[in-house]
Amino acid sequence: MNRFSYVRVASVAEAVREIASAPPARFIAGGTNLVDLMKYNVERPERVIDITRLPLTAIEETGEGGLRIGALVTNTEAAYDPRIESRYPLLSSAILAGASPQLRNAASVGGNLLQRTRCYYFYDVATLCNKREPGSGCPAIDGINRIHAILGASPHCIATHPSDMCVALAALEAVVRVTGPQGERNIPFQDFHRLPGGMPEIDTNLARDEIITYIDLPSKGFAQNYTYLKLRDRLSYAFALVSVAAALEMDGEQIKEARLALGGVAHKPWRDIAAEALLRGREPSAKNFAAVASKVLADAKGYGSNDFKIDLARRAIVRALSQAAARTPQSQTDKRIT
Amino acid sequence: MSISVTASAPVERIAISLTVNGERRQLEIAPWTTLLDLLREDLGLTGTKKGCDQGQCGACTVLLDRKRVNSCLMLAVVKDGSDVTTIEGLSTGAVLHPLQQAFIDQDAFQCGYCTPGQICSAVALIQEGRARTREEIRELMSGNLCRCGAYVNIVAAIEQVLAARPEKQP
Repeated sequence: MNRFSYVRVASVAEAVREIASAPPARFIAGGTNLVDLMKYNVERPERVIDITRLPLTAIEETGEGGLRIGALVTNTEAAYDPRIESRYPLLSSAILAGASPQLRNAASVGGNLLQRTRCYYFYDVATLCNKREPGSGCPAIDGINRIHAILGASPHCIATHPSDMCVALAALEAVVRVTGPQGERNIPFQDFHRLPGGMPEIDTNLARDEIITYIDLPSKGFAQNYTYLKLRDRLSYAFALVSVAAALEMDGEQIKEARLALGGVAHKPWRDIAAEALLRGREPSAKNFAAVASKVLADAKGYGSNDFKIDLARRAIVRALSQAAARTPQSQTDKRIT
Repeated sequence: MSISVTASAPVERIAISLTVNGERRQLEIAPWTTLLDLLREDLGLTGTKKGCDQGQCGACTVLLDRKRVNSCLMLAVVKDGSDVTTIEGLSTGAVLHPLQQAFIDQDAFQCGYCTPGQICSAVALIQEGRARTREEIRELMSGNLCRCGAYVNIVAAIEQVLAARPEKQP
């Protein structure tokens, strides 16, 4: 780990002042990704700004029927919050599909959004990586890429965003509230993370001098028809090869509204609004779900080791939508998939 | 940990206070000191193990303000004011914590390197009260790897303690 200076801030305004004025600096909350990356010398901040004492630790009603989650609420606190469990079970389920109890106890909700989009080449400073050293090259594209992206990748980066929580937040149309030197602004979840394009070193659209303060959940929680289906190389404590957050609002036998987001397949949580629209007014059938999968994966591209993910994603989408329609959400304890 | 440093750069040391196994400690540490290294190197509490040092194996699990965490991924300075319980703090004199005894009873370890982390994690798991079935125990212990593969007996040890608790009745 490189040496760095340390400062603890007491207010959001102070945090913003520090990040704007400091040399290359990073906020630290749970630290579960940052400290790990610092040990690998991938992140080398000159200054670490401790935001753990900021008053962003509550989950509150928004007044519009939704919930406002403070950025410093831990993943555990969010997953087991009775309001989230009952009104947004998709979010609770996705959080519990990720990491381990120890990591969820430490990791903050805001930090979950800001964990790096990454792959094993990014972590290995002995290799080249456009995300770590812009312009150096991407050995994953012609290398070992079993865990890599099949959607929205660029010739510069095929890494994936590993969060489960963010896949659910994308499906739920959460809003990220941030504060910077110019004040507050809201970022729709869909626009928070970015695709790699020619700048894979930048994961999100959060400005360098901004801080996440809250995540707002809209009132619609899809608490009846939902599932978070995560497929991975071992049953627990592994990143998704493919995951699917599916949520349906039913009107009798017809689908009134569908939400669908994928994890493990792209540089960001992958939501396809056009594919969701195919289900509006339709019946929940295998045929209709297959059409959605085809739409989502129309431009999917494999890079060799990860070619299997395209078919896996196709099947996962159909299975997840079927689970949501049948009101049989995937258990995060009993991993049998039915 | 590789450290690049110029000879002239003074090391910034920061005063923190931690309660470790019930004892209040005043410490001055470099900001890059992890809680794991603080426990092992500065306080001599080597029961907590450094396995992967990357938050993947759980050998470094301790209870921080009663919650289980990976101490290898915590900067100690950030945890100023916290209460830490390590494996050394679980027994009462010569009387073992029920989980320590259960690990012996059930032969829940071979090499023993992951065991302090397993036991601290299991103590928290029982306090959390969310594991009732074997499947739930296995899932909620998934943050602790055992390369000897003693998982079956680890689950049995946890079941032994769960079964002995009076509040197990619904």
